[in-house]
Amino acid sequence: MEFTQLWDKLNKRFPERLTLATESGDKQIQVKVDDLIAVVDYIKNDSALAFNFLRLISAVDTGKEFSCVYHFYSYQHAHGLILTVSLNRANPTLPSLSSRYATADWLERECYDMMGFNFLEHPELRRILLPHDWDGYPLRKDYQQPAEYHGTKH
Amino acid sequence: MALNTEKFISQVNDLSAQGNLHTEEILVNMGPQHPSTHGVLRLVIQTDGELVAQAFPQVGFLHRCFEKIAESVTYRQVVPYTDRLDYIASMNNALAYVLGVEKLMQIEIFPRAQYIRVIVAELNRIASHLVAFGTYGLDLGAFTPFLYGFRERELILSIFEELSGARLLYHYPRIGGVAKDIDAKIAADIRAFIKTMRRTWPEYNALLTENQIFIKRSANIGVISAENAISYGLTGPCLRASGVAFDIRKAQPYSSYEKFDFNIPTGQGTKGQVCDCWDRYWVRMCEIQESLKIIEQALDSLPEGEIRAKLPAVLKLPAGNVYLPCENPRGELGFFIISDFQPKALRIKMRAPSFCNLSIVNKICRGVLVADVVAIVGSLDIVLGEIDR
Repeated sequence: MEFTQLWDKLNKRFPERLTLATESGDKQIQVKVDDLIAVVDYIKNDSALAFNFLRLISAVDTGKEFSCVYHFYSYQHAHGLILTVSLNRANPTLPSLSSRYATADWLERECYDMMGFNFLEHPELRRILLPHDWDGYPLRKDYQQPAEYHGTKH
Repeated sequence: MALNTEKFISQVNDLSAQGNLHTEEILVNMGPQHPSTHGVLRLVIQTDGELVAQAFPQVGFLHRCFEKIAESVTYRQVVPYTDRLDYIASMNNALAYVLGVEKLMQIEIFPRAQYIRVIVAELNRIASHLVAFGTYGLDLGAFTPFLYGFRERELILSIFEELSGARLLYHYPRIGGVAKDIDAKIAADIRAFIKTMRRTWPEYNALLTENQIFIKRSANIGVISAENAISYGLTGPCLRASGVAFDIRKAQPYSSYEKFDFNIPTGQGTKGQVCDCWDRYWVRMCEIQESLKIIEQALDSLPEGEIRAKLPAVLKLPAGNVYLPCENPRGELGFFIISDFQPKALRIKMRAPSFCNLSIVNKICRGVLVADVVAIVGSLDIVLGEIDR
């Protein structure tokens, strides 16, 4: 399915809930946090969409706001879709997709590890790449590198 | 002594019959420094006797902050860092990155550069699969295949050395083209390699593929259904061994892959069930043959012309975002690049195929023997450099 058709179909199903990101490059659809689960359930289970492969979850900090970007793909129809969710900077909380896509488990843990996103109902939201006692979330733009870690200075 | 042993066994049997034998699950640490973990992977295995109850992979020992560094250097300076992610297939990593940047910049790459990129990417795929072949034999107790695999890989490394000056981390694909042209000597070397590889490929099969001990260790073990493979985000040979004939080189061709004729090998369950460890191994072996076909076609039809596009000294990408997936030896690798029209990227996020491939370990290791964990992890062909980034 071409992107315009995808957009029309989604817009019809969720009227006035979605917005089209205007940046150049890949087309993104902005979803409100509260609608994320409904939209994902729809695009996964609708037979004409069938987005069964969650390629990537990226946590993004633009310096002003946080957003979470989901890249979906459908093996059946060979089309892709990108959803973005803007998050509250003071409390970046969003629902977990791990019960719908098993791969979301580790991808969300990485987002938590690096950017401190809080995924609700995640089975075990803990650090994955960094040590469990690491302080702060390194990929945030306002991250201050700690002066030392267990006596090791950089 | 013999008497004591008998006595001991009868005592154990008595206790066991009475229900008084003390049994408990034991946590076993495998790695991070363990030859079969293909790098610094730690597996915490909860064992119930010889059976595995749970296997938790612990990653991050090689974390080098790639994504943070990528935000603090220019677009061109990121390329050498990408080499160090999946260090077994550096060419493919760098290719995925430069293709992403070029797509956002909307620049045309000369056909000759595109073909050369295909040639080096496929050569590196073969080199990577040869390492997978050798180390998988090593995991399951066969030392000789390792030497065979490295013998042929050496020929590829010599070609790469001639092209880029390096044997492991090449920095060869550049934004706008490639670093050096393929001359007549290198082309002859590549053709000689294709000939050698075609001759020795059956030797590999005689040595390992059809080896009864190897088949017993790998067939019917670590079976992944197509549904699970998709849900866990498996890509590359692991996905294709599950019977899903998906290859990004066919589905979303990049760097003129659409011009070459090749097949997508999938798991058939030849020695056991579809997508057991043997199938995953065999898909990689078949891919070597397909890659040879692609290289041959690319050499035969190599267009004349320039190899590098002229670009400004300071690269500023238009504001926007791009994700361009590439078919790496281990699966789908892509860089999600967000630009805000500055010399440095706002965010570069990498999709690491091994990261997703490894996440299924706890699912498929439940209930297998401890020795089979080695067979399963080896068959996924992970590289910790790209998992930890």
